Amino acid sequence: MAGSGNDMRTPLARVLHLGSAKSGTQDHIRQRLTAVAIAPLSIFFLVLLVALTGADYETARAWLGNPLVGILALCLVVAAIVHMRIGMQIVIEDYVIAPGAKHLSIIANTFFSYGVGLACLYAVLKLAFGS
Amino acid sequence: MAEQRQAVSRPLSPHLQIYRFTITMAMSIIHRATGMGLYAGTALVAWWLIALAAGPEAYATFQMVAGSWIGQLVLFGFTWALLHHLFGGLRYLLWDAIIATSPRSADIISWGATIAALVLTVAVWFAALSMRGVL
Repeated sequence: MAGSGNDMRTPLARVLHLGSAKSGTQDHIRQRLTAVAIAPLSIFFLVLLVALTGADYETARAWLGNPLVGILALCLVVAAIVHMRIGMQIVIEDYVIAPGAKHLSIIANTFFSYGVGLACLYAVLKLAFGS
Repeated sequence: MAEQRQAVSRPLSPHLQIYRFTITMAMSIIHRATGMGLYAGTALVAWWLIALAAGPEAYATFQMVAGSWIGQLVLFGFTWALLHHLFGGLRYLLWDAIIATSPRSADIISWGATIAALVLTVAVWFAALSMRGVL
């Protein structure tokens, strides 16, 4: 084990008993998983936008009240907010160096992403079930 | 053994302006820019959905802003950013699968993604303006 030629850890990591937290690839995989989901859903989104261009209030409500449209919208919102939170965090980590500013930016990013996402979900659910 | 630290002028790696322009390089930058644009754009999507859920008056306000020339400009930019980020992103999924990784193939799919995004943006707006009876 320790001292074997296959150990890739640094001597310091070995002494501190610090290994991988085993979640290092989580964001990477999640970013690609959500991308695969968003690709077809964004086509649905564009079709919806075109269909509702210039439509009056009642027509737009009727479209969003349709169960299939509502469910696809929920899927898109969930996938999109996860994707955009990770994407913006990567940009922040690349360019914002100072620890305080970096962590505040990452917190703001999380708040914005989930805030906007939950607002969208609330609206879609209200259109589906509410009066 | 304490070594004397001295200021040496080490060679620096060249920055952006030194490199020859390549489409993959431009796409990398545009992918980030469009991603950040779409990030901000989600606030508009939220506004649209909330206005629709809130009632006819709120929706009329949204439609007025979205229908103004600046609103249309933002929506046009949003459409292009979405399609460019979509096609640019599909390239990354291909590369993840170790497809089209040679420099030549990478250039080809990058130009393809750029052109596809532009063509589809125009097509989407042509369809939308036809719907509204403008065209």
